[in-house]
Amino acid sequence: MIDWFYVLTSLAKTIGIVFMVVMPMVAYTVYAERKVCALIQDRIGPNRVGAPLTLFGMKKDLPLLGLGQPVADAVKLFLKEDFTPAHVNKFYYWLAPALAMIPSLMVMAVIPYGSTLFGEKMVIADVNVGVLFVFAIASLSVYGITLAGWSSNSKYPFLGGIRSSSQMISYELALGLSVIPVFLVFGKLNLSDIVRQQAEHGWTLAPFWAGEEPLQKLLLAIPMWISFVVFTISMFAETNRTPFDLPEAEHELVGGYHTEYSSMKFALFFLGEYAAMIAGSSVIVTLFLGGWHLPGIPDGSAGWVWGLVNIGVFFAKVACLLFVYIWVRWTLPRFRYDQLMRLGWVWLFEIALVNIFLTAGILAFFARS
Amino acid sequence: MAYTIRRPKLSLGDKIYLPAILGGMMVTLRHFLKALFGKGSVTMQYPEQKWDTDLPAHYRGAPALVIDEQGRERCVACQLCEFICPPRAIRITPGEIPATDRFAKVEKFPEAFDIDMIRCIYCGLCEEVCPEQAIYLRKDYSIVGTSRAEMVHNKARLYEIGGVQTGLVIKWNERK
Repeated sequence: MIDWFYVLTSLAKTIGIVFMVVMPMVAYTVYAERKVCALIQDRIGPNRVGAPLTLFGMKKDLPLLGLGQPVADAVKLFLKEDFTPAHVNKFYYWLAPALAMIPSLMVMAVIPYGSTLFGEKMVIADVNVGVLFVFAIASLSVYGITLAGWSSNSKYPFLGGIRSSSQMISYELALGLSVIPVFLVFGKLNLSDIVRQQAEHGWTLAPFWAGEEPLQKLLLAIPMWISFVVFTISMFAETNRTPFDLPEAEHELVGGYHTEYSSMKFALFFLGEYAAMIAGSSVIVTLFLGGWHLPGIPDGSAGWVWGLVNIGVFFAKVACLLFVYIWVRWTLPRFRYDQLMRLGWVWLFEIALVNIFLTAGILAFFARS
Repeated sequence: MAYTIRRPKLSLGDKIYLPAILGGMMVTLRHFLKALFGKGSVTMQYPEQKWDTDLPAHYRGAPALVIDEQGRERCVACQLCEFICPPRAIRITPGEIPATDRFAKVEKFPEAFDIDMIRCIYCGLCEEVCPEQAIYLRKDYSIVGTSRAEMVHNKARLYEIGGVQTGLVIKWNERK
């Protein structure tokens, strides 16, 4: 017997969040990237494409700060010739763009993006392995890049693909180890439970407003902050963002792994990067920044309006982190290759390991007393 | 002889690297905020805003022919500009002024004077070489057309751009 209510609500949540919120957010992150980059460089950025009122017989177009730019970009990418070079391995060449985009969207399945709406939990799949699922799926996106580099059968994509795989090995250890202290503190992997606990006892990074056991919380905030920094740096590497955008490295490798791609296949890589940014920011918000919770705002049980406000709060936090991603990209130069490895293996990995012991020590000390 | 380059001595803050990153991010944030609140950007919104009113005096735009204050064309069709023009953009068909004319001593006038604006490189050599001060580089820079033929400025168009130039004119001078 199929539980139709369950199927329908899951479907509604999937379409509502992934297609109505995350996909437009990806498009507008590209716009934000261009706009923020322009402002940082004292330029203006896209400010022309808005509502094309002249098409409907009006006198003037409405520029609307260039908010129509992503639509125009999408149309342009769709209309471009989808060219497949003769020397590529066709099967993997076609598979790679999909592998670059899909994992980022799949990660959104376990992210609790809101409290409750009409009594329904605002998470597509409320699985108990939560963050393990995130790591398992998110690291698949490296296959998209590596396969693209390999199947393109051309030197620059090849270098990009190789760089991507060795970069993945360097940071993914730190990525995994840096969140272990968080689970030591919460004692569970289910992401919506973690957020619920943060809503009741204070965020992981700022546990100060909930009264009980102030000393333990104050001490635990130190390893949590270390975790946060290591995890965020690793996340920059995971999403191939500057200063770790070595697989793409447009100044050295032409376009890196996507040199041979055109039209929508290229767009999938391009948008996959932004989707990965959104997924990564969502994980950071969920684990460290209290998810959908904001002090003073009740959860969805107080009425559906508050449920919607909670969803808004979650995506506002994600947007803030996306701004940090963009801000860092237009500030920092790219790491050299050995510097990235050194950072991953010698610094982040060790810091994450020591951090686990630190957290475990603090927890053991307070558990005994 | 091999010699070693002395590496700069790094302080602890330099080695940790994070303070420098934060410093850099503050710089970009400052630019971001300055540009966001309307003081930072010097970009000119081209079709709406133009430099037309304060183009520099030496600006070299489209070359054009001029008439003097009495409505006479200054060009004597000597073809010096045609010969000096590096991209060979100028074509002149000289015509003869009939002996009965009041200004018969001028001898020649341009029957046709074409400047191909696709070829013109705005170097200003024609203006420099003209012994009669008949051709000037004006401030027009937005030369557009939908065909090659449209981009060739004929005599009428050149006089339209050029307008009237007052001042010293050698060829009408009896004492020359």
